[in-house]
Amino acid sequence: MTSEQTGSPSTAGHQFPAGSDAFPHRHLLGIAGLQPWEILFLLKEAEQWVELNRKSIKHSGRLDGLTVINAFFENSTRTLLSFEIAGKRMGADVVNMHAAQSSIKKGETLIDTAVTLNAMRADAIVIRHGSSGAVQLIADKVDCPVLNAGDGSHEHPTQALLDALTIQRRKGDISGLTVTICGDVMHSRVARSNIYCLTTLGAKVRVCAPTSLLPPAIERLNVEAYSNFAEALDGADVVMMLRLQNERMNGDFIPSAREYHHLYGLTRERLALAKPDALVMHPGPMNRGIEISSDIADDPERSAITEQVEMGVAVRMACLDVLTRRSRNMEGWS
Amino acid sequence: MKQVFTNAKVLVPGTKSPLPLNVATDGDLIARVSEEAPSGDNSIDCKGAILTPGIIDLAVFKIDKPAFHFGGITRAALMPDQAPVLDLPAMIKHSSSEGKPSLWSHPLAAATKGLKGTELAEIGLMKEAGARAVATGRNWIANSGVMLKLLHYCRSLDMPVIVHSEDSGLTADAVATAGETATRLGLSSAPASAEALSIARDIALVRESGAHIHFRQVTTAAGLDLIRVAKAEGLRVTCGITPAHLFLSDIAISDFRTFAKMSPPLRSEEDRQACLEAIKDGTIDVISSGHDPRGPEGKRLPFAEAETGMAGGETLLALSLNLVRDELIDLGRLFELLSTNPAKILGVNAGQIAEGYEADLILIDMEKPWQIDSRKMAASAGNTPFDKLPVQGRVRAIYKGGKAI
Repeated sequence: MTSEQTGSPSTAGHQFPAGSDAFPHRHLLGIAGLQPWEILFLLKEAEQWVELNRKSIKHSGRLDGLTVINAFFENSTRTLLSFEIAGKRMGADVVNMHAAQSSIKKGETLIDTAVTLNAMRADAIVIRHGSSGAVQLIADKVDCPVLNAGDGSHEHPTQALLDALTIQRRKGDISGLTVTICGDVMHSRVARSNIYCLTTLGAKVRVCAPTSLLPPAIERLNVEAYSNFAEALDGADVVMMLRLQNERMNGDFIPSAREYHHLYGLTRERLALAKPDALVMHPGPMNRGIEISSDIADDPERSAITEQVEMGVAVRMACLDVLTRRSRNMEGWS
Repeated sequence: MKQVFTNAKVLVPGTKSPLPLNVATDGDLIARVSEEAPSGDNSIDCKGAILTPGIIDLAVFKIDKPAFHFGGITRAALMPDQAPVLDLPAMIKHSSSEGKPSLWSHPLAAATKGLKGTELAEIGLMKEAGARAVATGRNWIANSGVMLKLLHYCRSLDMPVIVHSEDSGLTADAVATAGETATRLGLSSAPASAEALSIARDIALVRESGAHIHFRQVTTAAGLDLIRVAKAEGLRVTCGITPAHLFLSDIAISDFRTFAKMSPPLRSEEDRQACLEAIKDGTIDVISSGHDPRGPEGKRLPFAEAETGMAGGETLLALSLNLVRDELIDLGRLFELLSTNPAKILGVNAGQIAEGYEADLILIDMEKPWQIDSRKMAASAGNTPFDKLPVQGRVRAIYKGGKAI
């Protein structure tokens, strides 16, 4: 497997500040505002969990006795599962709260829910919410670290970290790479977090979509905007495809799924425009035959899609570990 | 009761700054403004403070007396967006008495039934019940046919129409102005041109109908350009703004600050500069508070779900005085914007210190420093986007119809 090449020149040789100076934040609400060495520190920390997760006994007692609540106000399968596995492999007691069962449906406000979760003395809360900024609102009201598992169209920081880890393990240093992100950038928290993460680490980022799906003033985020997919792919090291939500494909933003595939679907012919060894990524779940054709998605030489899922667990373990170091009284993490 | 305000610096119409004059009142009205003090009357020593007309706030979403009295507001035009909507004569009659006698409320008649933008409300009957102007409420009327009928009808009744200016097709789900801030925060946004689009249509319909439209808030360079052209053409258009769009740009919503969520949303810095320019060149006729107090249940929510608006009554004067200190306009012009022009739009006998006008007066200590504090507001809620801002200028006393409040 190509991903056996572990670590990267940049991370391996990087010296991180001691103790909590390596990651001085109480929460992980977004990638925006993080320093490059803080991102690299989390990626370095994730490496040990990649190793553990490949063993037959996948257990560490690092979070023994801690309670992690996954509060998901928006449906999710893979991110919730990934966080649950991450917490359990480190020995934490993991509790999942689904929106469908929560009192939000009964009219309780988000703040009241936050106060309730806080009163249960969680040691970390992982939150997904459909509204931009909702996770920060909760974080301001609780005493424990909060991890953003996706808020509206704002940020999805662990996705960006797992993508960076995947790229780093395949390509080495992220700095200097050209990454093309294609799809519904306007509504995508994955795109925003990846833009912040990759540009902070020195990559050149291109975004590509019909202009109706590019957010206004996107070039202010230090990216190049394209509407022509061929131009956006030219010479790219990494091609990251975004999921197009079904409800946006029926005449609202896009006339039809087949037209979208015709103009913006990643096919083998199109991929040939990128570098010969260009890596293909997708945050999942994929719309096969719409934004990406199956033969590329399933090609282990080109596609890193399953690896992304694997790195997701490791990155989330690293985040849970690093953010709970203060409460676990780890030396240097006051 | 007769009384005389002495030892005041009085802001009289047509002057740039206050003059040492005496103001005599008789009952509710101003009887005389003169250099020498008439003898024998009850005398109020103003101790050198500035005497101006009371502020006429056009328009507010709630009658909030403590906030208005703190801020020197003696009359407020109440938007029809109430529960229930002010779309019947009985509602207008009831609402007119709210606050009397220390504050006069001028309820604005809903333009359409339930403010739904489809059927005309009983504007004529509401006029007889005391409504002095018509308003489209928080939203614009999307159907141009309905809008033209409304304008024709209001023209025949000689009622000005106060409109909200945002093309609802563009602003449907938007909670911010399109730009870098909204994109970074992942908030749905609409281009600032949504305002100019709606103003352009309404100006065309003013030309058609001859009605008077007051654009309640014009907040973009393109919108203000259209107003300038329409005024030069001689059309009956006036426009207003609140301190939010004069002193804040959309950067204020960074960190998802819902206290800075406004309708229309805060704009780019370029547009904010254009608004200041329009204050300076006289394009903007009215500054109002947009007073819209919202408790935590409406504001302590994710940004997209939070309600819009700010508690602006008590900060209107202090913030507006910055325009004088920054030498954009003189104090005389400021009170045209705060009092005289709103009075003219409402057709009330107030808003200036002159013989025969209502003795709605405020005494202002111009230098008094204080700090805006959302936790200590006189308003029924503390949702100010100017929290912790140090300001200068405070109302020392307020008189409604000659009576101290």
